[in-house]
Amino acid sequence: MSAEVTTGKKTLITPFNVVVGIILFLGLIVTYLRFTKGLAGVTNLSDNNPWGLWISFDLLCGVALAAGGYTTSAACYVFGLKRYHTAVRPAILTAFLGYSLVVLALHYDVGRPWRLPYPFFVQSGPTSVLFEVGLCVFLYLITLFIEWVPAALEWLGIKKPRDVIIRMTLALTIFGVVLSTMHQSSLGALYLIAPSKLHPLWYSAYLPIFFFVSSIAAGLSMVIFEGTLSHHYLHDKMDATYRSEHDGVVLGFAKAAAVVLMGYFCIKIVGLALDNNWSYLFTGYGAWYLLEILGFVLLPAILYAIGVRERKLNLIKWTSVLTVLGIVLNRFNVSLVAFNWQLAPVDRYFPSWMEIALSLFIVTVGLLIFRFISTYMPIFYEEEKFREHASVELHEHPVKPHPQTFGH
Amino acid sequence: MLRRTFLGLLGAGGISAVLGKAAHAAGNKHFEGYPGSFGVLFDATRCIGCRRCEAGCNKVNNLPPPPEPFDDLSVLNTKRRTHAWTYTVVNRYDNIPGAKGPVFRKNQCQHCLEPACASACFVKAFTKTPQGGVIWDGSVCVGCRYCMIACPFDIPTFEYDQVLAPRIMKCTLCNPQITSGQLTVPGCVGACPVEALVYGKRSDLINIARSRISAFPNLYLNHIYGEHEMGGTNWLYVSGVPFRNIGMREDLGVTPAPELTSGALAAVPLVAGLWPVLLLGIYAVNKRKDQVADQEKQEAVARAIARAQAEAKDTLDKALAKADENTKKAIEREVKKALEEAAKAPAEEEGE
Repeated sequence: MSAEVTTGKKTLITPFNVVVGIILFLGLIVTYLRFTKGLAGVTNLSDNNPWGLWISFDLLCGVALAAGGYTTSAACYVFGLKRYHTAVRPAILTAFLGYSLVVLALHYDVGRPWRLPYPFFVQSGPTSVLFEVGLCVFLYLITLFIEWVPAALEWLGIKKPRDVIIRMTLALTIFGVVLSTMHQSSLGALYLIAPSKLHPLWYSAYLPIFFFVSSIAAGLSMVIFEGTLSHHYLHDKMDATYRSEHDGVVLGFAKAAAVVLMGYFCIKIVGLALDNNWSYLFTGYGAWYLLEILGFVLLPAILYAIGVRERKLNLIKWTSVLTVLGIVLNRFNVSLVAFNWQLAPVDRYFPSWMEIALSLFIVTVGLLIFRFISTYMPIFYEEEKFREHASVELHEHPVKPHPQTFGH
Repeated sequence: MLRRTFLGLLGAGGISAVLGKAAHAAGNKHFEGYPGSFGVLFDATRCIGCRRCEAGCNKVNNLPPPPEPFDDLSVLNTKRRTHAWTYTVVNRYDNIPGAKGPVFRKNQCQHCLEPACASACFVKAFTKTPQGGVIWDGSVCVGCRYCMIACPFDIPTFEYDQVLAPRIMKCTLCNPQITSGQLTVPGCVGACPVEALVYGKRSDLINIARSRISAFPNLYLNHIYGEHEMGGTNWLYVSGVPFRNIGMREDLGVTPAPELTSGALAAVPLVAGLWPVLLLGIYAVNKRKDQVADQEKQEAVARAIARAQAEAKDTLDKALAKADENTKKAIEREVKKALEEAAKAPAEEEGE
């Protein structure tokens, strides 16, 4: 928990930099190949498997794991949990970067990326679930940008427009929650059209609800997980308020995540019962399904509950990792493992190393931008100049101790 | 069914009553296809697996020449699917119980009455033409490939090797060639030497299929594949062996693809309309709660101060009273002392 020693590192050849360098290098190579040789040059996609890792991980997981933005801002500004205020900015930044990277990744995946705005400006297909996903992601990305801009404006010392945006906080938050509800659920609804391709254990009329509810758990867990990482690596960028509120955020979010995961587990069972899919549980896919909902939904729900009850912060932090992995597992199961389950093994899809490299590249780019922004802009702390204004409209703070006067 | 279960989740019969109209695709309206639209009837009892339909299709659609010529029947040894360079394929199915020899089946776009691809496309690149064919418009396609995910028959294909302008490739029922007058029947139908393929109005084809089945009940299964599958298709099949034995899904159901997502899409305006109300309500309740809590706190503080003041005053009064008393006593004591001293003094004087 103590501050990382970041001073005195003069050499650029650190293990972190080497790994990042390799990933960036490979990513650039794959980028070059993708836009000179086409999708066939870099992916294992086929006519049977039109969607691969870039949709499963970069889109489905990316959007789910960026759900911290709307959950945190809703908790703070709508549900009135003002003690989570310091968690909002990191969560909004993560969400904004997450969605930006989702859109970046889509440029690699679709055949004609320059036409991505076509559904909104040239010809709309409103009968498509994908249209709804696209429209919501497009609007939400703009919303997140506006929500993030005050941090940049404070960094640049521009006051007027920043104050205008801060005054729109409630409207932006509600807009964000509405859009998130829609597209988080719609990502699940994408698969409603393919009941003949998705294994019955994962196909359900409730897919949109499953995706939405699990995105809340994903968002809460990502805030806990990221908070832990940030505490480790960006400790010196945090002000006293952030640090003093941090444990409260972890406990509060863990409590919420325990309840949400429990509810998610229940509706998964309801879905199973509704379609009378019990007999599938005794197959290989059934074992895999049980692993997912027992090991990565029920177990973290219980561990979160224990962590909150016993106030074991470390248990909560590890549980957040388990939950995040569980969400990733679920999205992979729906879009890859259980999708096209009836195809012959030889026709099934497995990503190429270049697809994996590009996904790593996208995540790495996100991490680097996050680190840059949170190093220079007021993300984990409040700008002295803007302090009293920041706490006027929607959230009133107790008097904050000055960073230097607060021992930690 | 699916829509109903989805709406059931929304938890209110009233809601489904309201939405019943908006999501009319799933209501009691049933689209039976454009009247007079054309289709093809494939008869698996007649097909000899000569691949001439593949050659005919290749020619009229200007597709690239295949690595093996069309008269090379060894390609039938492996199961094939449609690809960007071939809109239609014939597969051979051996060792089917009850069949005397191999059975062949031609596969291509089924031209659904309500196509999954068209419903799934977010730029409306697919059109179900009144003539029957489902065609694709390359001028708007983004290349997202959701149509390929959506198609229950695994038909649309993608030019993965194209960098700048990859296309979705699929059978058009030769719609462009027929409407422009270049052809009178699709390329495959024109090339079939054994009349395993018949091109005509869908309603007529269903009658032809029924009459064949009733004329030779021992030769045919009593089922026209495509009459109801996925809500009905313009391409129809009759066969002497179960359809699952010639590579066709028998578990697709009769629900048209658009109905599978209409329930979820109908919930969207509901969320857009209700969520802000709920969230603002929660916000308002919280704000009010805070205000009331603040007010109560202030009142409590005021009360506490008043009580403290009253208590303080009381204590002060008592203290003052006590002090008064003490002062009085002190004065009395002093006076008494003075008097005593005064009384003592003359006595002392006298004594001197």
